[in-house]
Amino acid sequence: MVTKGTVNAVISNMVTLKVDGPISQNEICYISTGGDKLMAEVIKVVGDFAYVQVFESTRGLRVGDEAEFTGHMLEVTLGPGMLSKNYDGLQNDLDKMDGVFLQRGDYTYALDKEKKWHFVPTAKVGDKVKAAQWLGEVDENHQPLKVMVPFTLDGEYTVKSVVAEGDYIADDTLIVIEDAKGKQVEVNMIQKWPVKTPMMNYKIKPRPFKLLETGVRCIDTLNPIVEGGTGFIPGPFGTGKTVLQHSISKQAEADIVIIAACGERANEVVEIFTEFPELVDPHTGRKLMERTIIIANTSNMPVAAREASVYTAMTIAEFYRSMGLRVLLMADSTSRWAQALREMSNRMEELPGPDAFPMDLSAIISNFYGRAGYVELNNGESGSITFIGTVSPAGGNLKEPVTENTKKVARCFYALEQDRADRKRYPAVNPIDSYSKYLEYPEFEKYIEDKINGEWTDKVNEVKTRLLRGKEIAEQINILGDDGVPVEYHVTFWKAELIDFVILQQDGFDDVDSVTPLERQEEILNMIIDICHDEFEFDNFNDVMDYFKKLINLCKQQNYQEYKSDKYYELGKQIKQMVEEKKK
Amino acid sequence: MGAKAFQKIYTKVTQITKATISLKAKGIGNDELATVNGKLAQVVKIVGDEVTLQVFEGTGGIPTNAEVIFLGKAPSLKVSEQLSGRFFNAFGDPIDGGPAIEGQEVEIGGPSVNPVRRKQPSELIATGIAGIDLNNTLVSGQKIPFFADPDQPFNQVMANVALRAETDKIILGGMGMTNDDYLYFRNVFSNAGALDRIVSFMNTTENPPVERLLVPDMALTSAEYFAVEKNEKVLVLLTDMTSYADALAIVSNRMDQIPSKDSMPGSLYSDLAKIYEKAVQFPEGGSITIIAVTTLSGGDITSAVPDNTGYITEGQLFLRRDSDIGKVIVDPFRSLSRLKQLVIGKKTRVDHPQVMNAAVRLFADAANAKTKMENGFDLTDYDERTLGFAKDYSNDLLAIDVNLNTNEMLDVAWGLFTKYFKPEEVNIKQELVDQFWKK
Repeated sequence: MVTKGTVNAVISNMVTLKVDGPISQNEICYISTGGDKLMAEVIKVVGDFAYVQVFESTRGLRVGDEAEFTGHMLEVTLGPGMLSKNYDGLQNDLDKMDGVFLQRGDYTYALDKEKKWHFVPTAKVGDKVKAAQWLGEVDENHQPLKVMVPFTLDGEYTVKSVVAEGDYIADDTLIVIEDAKGKQVEVNMIQKWPVKTPMMNYKIKPRPFKLLETGVRCIDTLNPIVEGGTGFIPGPFGTGKTVLQHSISKQAEADIVIIAACGERANEVVEIFTEFPELVDPHTGRKLMERTIIIANTSNMPVAAREASVYTAMTIAEFYRSMGLRVLLMADSTSRWAQALREMSNRMEELPGPDAFPMDLSAIISNFYGRAGYVELNNGESGSITFIGTVSPAGGNLKEPVTENTKKVARCFYALEQDRADRKRYPAVNPIDSYSKYLEYPEFEKYIEDKINGEWTDKVNEVKTRLLRGKEIAEQINILGDDGVPVEYHVTFWKAELIDFVILQQDGFDDVDSVTPLERQEEILNMIIDICHDEFEFDNFNDVMDYFKKLINLCKQQNYQEYKSDKYYELGKQIKQMVEEKKK
Repeated sequence: MGAKAFQKIYTKVTQITKATISLKAKGIGNDELATVNGKLAQVVKIVGDEVTLQVFEGTGGIPTNAEVIFLGKAPSLKVSEQLSGRFFNAFGDPIDGGPAIEGQEVEIGGPSVNPVRRKQPSELIATGIAGIDLNNTLVSGQKIPFFADPDQPFNQVMANVALRAETDKIILGGMGMTNDDYLYFRNVFSNAGALDRIVSFMNTTENPPVERLLVPDMALTSAEYFAVEKNEKVLVLLTDMTSYADALAIVSNRMDQIPSKDSMPGSLYSDLAKIYEKAVQFPEGGSITIIAVTTLSGGDITSAVPDNTGYITEGQLFLRRDSDIGKVIVDPFRSLSRLKQLVIGKKTRVDHPQVMNAAVRLFADAANAKTKMENGFDLTDYDERTLGFAKDYSNDLLAIDVNLNTNEMLDVAWGLFTKYFKPEEVNIKQELVDQFWKK
């Protein structure tokens, strides 16, 4: 029997229902009002009363309006056809909705009902299988999508029948499996999974160690992120969080990219809609959109759905990870998600924690980041979810609950800095405060040694030391004046500036400079480090400045040239010559 | 809004606070309007049979036996071509002595545009002000506020921008505006012969503050009518959004909500976003561009209202008095237009992006040199040159009294580069230097 309820109270999007039967925490229900059905989630139960958060506007809702419970938590439908789709936070396909405006109560199916997919079975009758085991695959945008044993099953099953290779719709039964007691389960291409429950269908979760190339120099060279790693980008508004995230999502060497636009600007999502279908994936040569899924809960969409959107995105990521793929998940911004939690907690009149955020914010954030990671599947294959979230700290002050709690769990920290942004030094990632814990992993060092060379990590550390030294000298010069410090200090300072201008700063809007392949990054790093090791002789600090400005200009011009083009080599020669002339 | 025969009249008010009243009533919808002794009110909370109403004018003088009549609808506005050239109060009633508007009645604060039905903004809005066009180019469909202290001439700049921009309609939403400023806008638009393109919703300092909460939604509902139904380019001016936020804080306080930063409600971000996100470019040509004003206290952008605004809007324009030239300039460091990348160098000359960045970088160098000078250190030759550059740049380009087209602005900038610097000092792509450096 379906549990029913009637509306008893309405405060903004929090509604209290009087229910007539059993319900569970986080269960989904639909409230009918004025011909619309409004989706809502149970967030608290007191006696016969269920407190639900409504994912839509509650305008016109009346006491006495009826609700019907569904018996399940908020879940997503996982299957072929998700790639290149634009979803809202509840996985409604936005393109299937009619009209210019989002109508209340308009829910659309996430997949394509009619579309046929070419299925190639790999399982054979008699095979013993377990949940999440691969049984065959279909081709989804040139990406193999596995047909898997339903994730929700327990224990061992035997394959009873398998259809022949051919074209099927997602709903068609492809394989029948049977458990020890003879209970049969029909398997199709679709999985359903509640978004707030992590998928644990892997064997182990080792420490991640494989570099994830992003083409952004201040990340790859200085503070690399790894496949299955976690990172976050805090920064005041206007420091380039979104531009940096977009660069990463365009260039990163991942199989699947999922972008959760969580409470951010609609025009930024439109930018992705417009640009990604045109842009080419630098690694496969196909259109970027073919490997991308967008979850758009823009800031004007209902707040409760904003909280759901990051979970929807993570669950889709876990689905692809179960197929042994490398998934990159970007959430912009996790602060909006935390604010959605705050609004709800406030309406439920819970005792507030710091800055009126709920007390369990820290646990919620760490559990969420914990769902990312590099895993080894039961069949020996590996998959990963690399998660990068942005944080929008109020007033640009990093001592606020969301930043602090995220810092506890994310392994990479890319601090965007107002001062660098003001001086147009983009990406405005502060090279001294930022860090990547992965640089300290021996596994990572070993991996880099095999992939690039054994000196890489030492050089990176030297760059960091030089940047710090440069900053210290800049402060001394500010206090003592240009004349107050020896000329060698100026040389050291300008060597740090050289690193800043040539390695750290990158023109995200230039076709060439925006993406630097690892091989080229290595060349730049070697060149700059060699210059830093050279000893120069100058008469006074003005000469130092003039000389390095010219040198920086040449190096920057080189960054704008196509890699290994004639102009690139020519500028390389000029740089060398300039260094030789001035070297001691 | 008199009572109709079949409407039930309630006469027992159980609770009165400064902004809200509560009573027992049945069958009432959330967000529904009501009149309380003729004063307009809106349902904000329903618990069982107890309904709480927010009274826009304030609850002063309301008796416990006040007549409460529910109107069965959310706040709405009648939209048609007749809106053009008219002035209204926060409830959408005419205040210019003209007749009531006839047209389709639309609930204000309607649903959001489906993001996949938007078009990426790509049309430049030229204002002639180089601090805007050169460094922070505006694009139709954008939302951008002025961040300014109350004493700065933001209303004048905004009026200039509105009149110079090529738009079909200008919709002015005034919240807590002084009567003098209201008359200023009226005069400027009237003198420019633009009155027939204006629609105005006005809450002045003489009106009750809570009424302000309706103004942005009124303005944007009429904007949506012109942009969606008529495919027109609409520019919406909202001044001042800080007053709007203050009204939000008053109501949330009366409702016993736990305040977050700076006594503002925890939902401030969503409340502001709901308004600003109405800015849109439609594929059919219609667009809504929002230029707002957020007044600051002592230039502090970290307080809750400007801070949340900055995360929502597509940049901000920051006005500042430059003591070197004695004029108000558009501050190139703090100002930002996020959408400029969509038009600069594409709809404008190819050298635009690099010239813009180089000039700002040199202006930053000048700021450093100034600090050095103030600390009593010797300046290098380069420092001296940046200071000279900064003064000219400020006067010839950043000042708000500049009126040039974009190519002229770029030429002025190249002229200043040539006057003060060597090509290798400006860090611009060689091809552009070869093409544009003044010889």
